[in-house]
Amino acid sequence: MFVIGIALFFGTILIALVGPVIFTITMERVGPQYAPPGGRYFLGLNDLGQDYISLLIRGLQSSLYVGFLAGIIATTLGTLIGIYGGFKGGWVDDFLNMVTNLFIVIPSFVILILISSSFKEGRSLTLIGIIIGMTAWTWSARSVRAQSSALKSKDHIALAKMNGANTLKVLLVHILPYLFSYVFMVFILQVASGILSEAAISMIGLGPLDTVSLGTILNQAKNTGALGDGVWWAFIPASVIITVIVFALYLINTSMEGVFNPRLRK
Amino acid sequence: MAIFEVDHLSLHYLTRFGQKIHAVTDVSFTMEKGKILGIAGESGCGKSTLVNGLMGLFIPPLYPTSGDVRVAGESLMNRSPKDIRENVLSRKVSMIPQGAFNALNPTRKVKDIAADVMSAHMKGIDKSHIYDRLRERFDLFGMDTNKVLNSYPIQLTAGERQRSVIGISTLLNPQMVIADEPTSALDVTTQKVVIKLIFDLLEKGIFSTMIFITHELPLLRHVAHDIAIMYAGEFVEVGTTEQIVFDPRHPYTKALMGAMLSAEPGQRQRKPTAIEGAPPNLANAIQGCRFADRCPAARAECKVNKQEIRIVGERQVRCDYAQ
Amino acid sequence: MHNDVTIFSADHISCTFGSGKKIVRAVDDVSFSIASEEIVSLVGGSGCGKSVLAKVMLGLIQPQTGKFLYKGKTIENQIKHWREVQSVFQDPFSCFNQFFTIRSQLKDSFNVMEKKPSNKEMEDRVDQALLAVNIKPPEIEGKYPFELSGGQMQRMLLARIFILRPQVLIADEPTSMVDACVRANILDYLMKLKEELKMTIVFITHDIGLAYYVSDRLFIMHKGKIVEQGAPDDVTLSPKSEHTLQLLDDIPDIHKEWIKGRATSTVPA
Repeated sequence: MFVIGIALFFGTILIALVGPVIFTITMERVGPQYAPPGGRYFLGLNDLGQDYISLLIRGLQSSLYVGFLAGIIATTLGTLIGIYGGFKGGWVDDFLNMVTNLFIVIPSFVILILISSSFKEGRSLTLIGIIIGMTAWTWSARSVRAQSSALKSKDHIALAKMNGANTLKVLLVHILPYLFSYVFMVFILQVASGILSEAAISMIGLGPLDTVSLGTILNQAKNTGALGDGVWWAFIPASVIITVIVFALYLINTSMEGVFNPRLRK
Repeated sequence: MAIFEVDHLSLHYLTRFGQKIHAVTDVSFTMEKGKILGIAGESGCGKSTLVNGLMGLFIPPLYPTSGDVRVAGESLMNRSPKDIRENVLSRKVSMIPQGAFNALNPTRKVKDIAADVMSAHMKGIDKSHIYDRLRERFDLFGMDTNKVLNSYPIQLTAGERQRSVIGISTLLNPQMVIADEPTSALDVTTQKVVIKLIFDLLEKGIFSTMIFITHELPLLRHVAHDIAIMYAGEFVEVGTTEQIVFDPRHPYTKALMGAMLSAEPGQRQRKPTAIEGAPPNLANAIQGCRFADRCPAARAECKVNKQEIRIVGERQVRCDYAQ
Repeated sequence: MHNDVTIFSADHISCTFGSGKKIVRAVDDVSFSIASEEIVSLVGGSGCGKSVLAKVMLGLIQPQTGKFLYKGKTIENQIKHWREVQSVFQDPFSCFNQFFTIRSQLKDSFNVMEKKPSNKEMEDRVDQALLAVNIKPPEIEGKYPFELSGGQMQRMLLARIFILRPQVLIADEPTSMVDACVRANILDYLMKLKEELKMTIVFITHDIGLAYYVSDRLFIMHKGKIVEQGAPDDVTLSPKSEHTLQLLDDIPDIHKEWIKGRATSTVPA
């Protein structure tokens, strides 16, 4: 399972990185509106006559970028908050828990929409990525906090403290390595979630204004009624790519459990 | 008729690099009904490997080198793990591994864990029948049967868990039970309770013989009828409990007895003997006696001549110079 | 024989956990004093409160009621306290971080000191400590905790004490997880530590035989209270508490009957 997941995922990254070398990417109009797939442009053209191959590769790059950016921000923020709260306990933990719960209760998607729509100009991929990251961290925080709290009563923590280690050192050296596999799995899921969130927000038209992403492609398809007209190449390839990436990431996540815990393999 | 016979059993491991580690060498003994054999030795002496071999459970990298193991005349060698699991384990030979009471499935109640074992070996039996039998059996244990059966392992004390483990392992009245350090991690009071239970079950015929493995000789003094001392994969002394405890002949047995601490008045002045060093690496062929480099009575010849088991003072001793 | 300096003094201390109906009095109204260079054992079965009391002495827990003093003062600064009071635990494998080499973690202990010595001095002291527990430094070079045996790991815990040279050692079941053979070694090293460093040792165990051998005084604990205290011979020869009797009774001793009516062999005349 792990192998399939990794293969699929690296496949998509490969396309994103190597694609521009194999296919010339152009945003120019190269043919008539919604020309069907054929010849050089084997994925057809969109409503503006742009080549879908170029669009999809660009879109893939953007979506991966946003996914990773959001994933990194969400995981880092969530891990820091979770690990500190879980370890310290007491009022610090209560306070951080309250903050986390606050963010959970407010639907992140609504926040996404509100913030996104308030930026009439300057909606870039980076901004979207940051917004997604800053609203999705709660899940990481919750998971990591539970693990950190369970670890803090272990003997090696007591010994480390008695060796004079301060809180920062204990967290980084004595707790984090034990959580590493867990944090890694959390990261994978956050990336997947980031990609999906971006696609969703772009599909409703609040996505980046300056670049193409898989979500904006779907948005265009929707807006121009491609669905109804049977112009399958307008939305199927993009949907398939999103599905494949997310599926690959989930596969990696599930099979990671087997990698880190050999007993589950049997 | 002997219930359990072991005939010159030798076992080895194959490491990833193709090295052969001779974990157990030339072990022989027989057991009669109603007897408990204690096997004592420090960690790393091969006790746990021997246990797997005694059940006929050879899962790579463990392999039998030579020898035979028989339960009521039936050989356990050269049988597939599937065969052993279905026909031997729990029914003829049952094992209580070290730390078993901490390895109970935390997501199932005790009665369900027990029921699983029963229905795995008695196909077609219905659930209520199982629970009745369970209750009947657990009533013998001196615990609050209803509470224990309906609890999750984490809700029980260590002593209750270990007694449950013993209960589950003996549900099908096996002929032989092998217990690997069953009381090592328990405090002295709980230990006594668990041992009492073992005696009870033996007396009632729930199982016929037991092999009790531990490194605590004083415990074996009260639990075992016969004792075998194991070192570096070999039996170095085998005899009755009185012989081993009160008249040890082999230098290693003497050292083990000397390492005991007791609360007898006047015993404070006696320093317990400490044996430096560690058992030899069994991957290399060892010349001479395996205990020679740690033996307080070692002579030059010990490192050269292989020691065979001889009869000294009515028991078996593996030392040419034992008196 | 002992100094007149009182190391620990407890005045009606209690430690409770939980609240309401589920309240647990782990340490219940306990008072005692321990003098310098004494070896005192806390003996009792699981749940008697000895480990919680140990944590109080280490400054890891504060008692909810009563006064607990170290050298006449309450424990304010944990790091300062740990320069003088240290511990060895029961399970040596769980005491060390599995991701770092043993030697680097031994070197880490210097961080508790007020002034960290130079790198060369630290390496020297680590070497000396290893030799003191009969381990040649190359034996553990570059090794991780899981690569060593239980006996070796327990010696690492002791080596750490040799490095830190505290005045007080709290030894929480240091021999429960090791074999009889290794146990005698560990006790030897503890005695060596005591002699060289003039340490006060608080020994925690459930084995009264072990406590008898090792201590100057025994405290027998049961359900959070100290039910008896005294010199080893007094406590074992004329125990006053039924709990002490129970503990003595429960140890399998080769010369006495252990379980009434059950003997697998006869006691020789």
